[in-house]
Amino acid sequence: MLKKVEAIIREDKVNDVIDALKEIGIMGLNTFEVRGHGRQGGVQLVGRAGTYQVNMLPKIQVNIVLSERNLEPAIEAILKSAHTGEPGDGLIFVTPVQEVIRIRTRERGQDAMMYPGDIDERKKQSAG
Amino acid sequence: MAPQINTGDTAWILVSCALVLLMTPGLAFFYGGMVRRKNVLSTLTLSYIFMALIGVQWVAYGYSLSFGSSIGGLIGGLNFIGFQGVDASPNPDYAKTIPQGLFAAFQMMFAVITPALITGAFVERVRFKSFLLFSLIWATLVYDPLCHWVWGQGGWLKNMGVLDFAGGTVVHIAAGFSALAFSLVIGPRKGFGTAPMEPNNIPLTVLGTGLLWVGWFGFNAGSALAANGVAVNALLTTNTSAATAGLVWMVLSWLDGRPSTLGIATGMVVGLAAVTPASGFITPMASMVVGAVAAPLSYYAIRFRDRRKLDESLDVWACHGISSTWGMIAAGLFATVSVNSDGVNGLFFGNPAQLGIQLLGIAVTMVYSFTVTYVLAKALNASIGLRVQPMEEEVGLDISSHGERSYS
Repeated sequence: MLKKVEAIIREDKVNDVIDALKEIGIMGLNTFEVRGHGRQGGVQLVGRAGTYQVNMLPKIQVNIVLSERNLEPAIEAILKSAHTGEPGDGLIFVTPVQEVIRIRTRERGQDAMMYPGDIDERKKQSAG
Repeated sequence: MAPQINTGDTAWILVSCALVLLMTPGLAFFYGGMVRRKNVLSTLTLSYIFMALIGVQWVAYGYSLSFGSSIGGLIGGLNFIGFQGVDASPNPDYAKTIPQGLFAAFQMMFAVITPALITGAFVERVRFKSFLLFSLIWATLVYDPLCHWVWGQGGWLKNMGVLDFAGGTVVHIAAGFSALAFSLVIGPRKGFGTAPMEPNNIPLTVLGTGLLWVGWFGFNAGSALAANGVAVNALLTTNTSAATAGLVWMVLSWLDGRPSTLGIATGMVVGLAAVTPASGFITPMASMVVGAVAAPLSYYAIRFRDRRKLDESLDVWACHGISSTWGMIAAGLFATVSVNSDGVNGLFFGNPAQLGIQLLGIAVTMVYSFTVTYVLAKALNASIGLRVQPMEEEVGLDISSHGERSYS
């Protein structure tokens, strides 16, 4: 079963999260910039005379598609690396994915998600 | 003895002419950085277009109305229409040692930037066609007469002894109070007070501030119309007032939380606008006082405008109108003939009467520019409308007015 992980994290935690995922063998991912807020509310900035409120804060969403068996390690890696303890650390959403297809080779499913040295290859090596 | 060209004076004013022209693009960036991204090209164009519009209007008839042979002290005649007679020979009424063509060119740059200043009041919602019509009429009915009254030979305010070295009344008070009038007529932007309206590119505003400060040396020191001690004094007072006001605004901004770049830049411009009418008449120490007082005056004027919920969007009234009003008063207080023997003394140098004359100049400028602008704006609003349609305002003027995207 394929799953998509959408992790909305702080901008300054992007590199930490990417490094942590790479370390456990999850290499394929993308990010995009989002704006929003949850409990953090907004922030007060200083203008030319006085302050103003900005409520939509810039965050980064990290997207990963992976097999269900790799879901928990990935989540754990994100949780550890994106955490600060302050409001605004973000959220992780998990949704099902119907299909994955690699454009270069037309591989589908599991084959489309394999990279040399990735999490599944390492598991196979340590098992075999 | 016939007036003779001085090459030093002429070279300096040629440079000043270029410096003041550069202030209009500087202003464009100053304003452009403060609006929302969808309106940045529109805001730049509102300033830039005056280089074209007044570049033609001034040569065609603007210079003549401003500096031509006076009709009752109220307006210049048509003797300089199409720049006829405006050539390499000096006009002894205005500048004995530089060609009149150069004097006229230098003055043109003031006529270009003044209406551009007003645009800060109505960014992000003005209809381009209405704005063009308003601007041409404003230049003809407000700028040219006012310029004639204060600087024209035979102008009635000049004859009354109003001291305005480089454009406190003609440029900044006029622009500021015209901006106020226009904003009362056009109404606020959609979502003003509730929707976020963050500056899209503060680096542009900071760039504009630098260009304005450097250009202002041409604006003020060039208004000496000669390469002499008065020009040097004007340069020093200009610089000192800007520096002082920038520091004071930094402190005010710090008290808001943190010293913002935008605040510091605004403070510098306010200091420059304030000292403009006094720059060639007061000492550098006096200009420090001018800048130090101008900053809180304009700062609290912005807060006042905000509390009244008036969308005079980029605070032209607060930053130019109010600061230069103080500058005109400061001229009446601190002017000394030891700085400029062609001037007079102010109150602190034994001549309290000058303050009264300055107040007259201020009042006339405020009332005239506000009233004519208000009536003109009302008339245009009733006939062709001043604003774009709500959907056009939502999408942004870059696309709806100019068919362009700023950053693709």
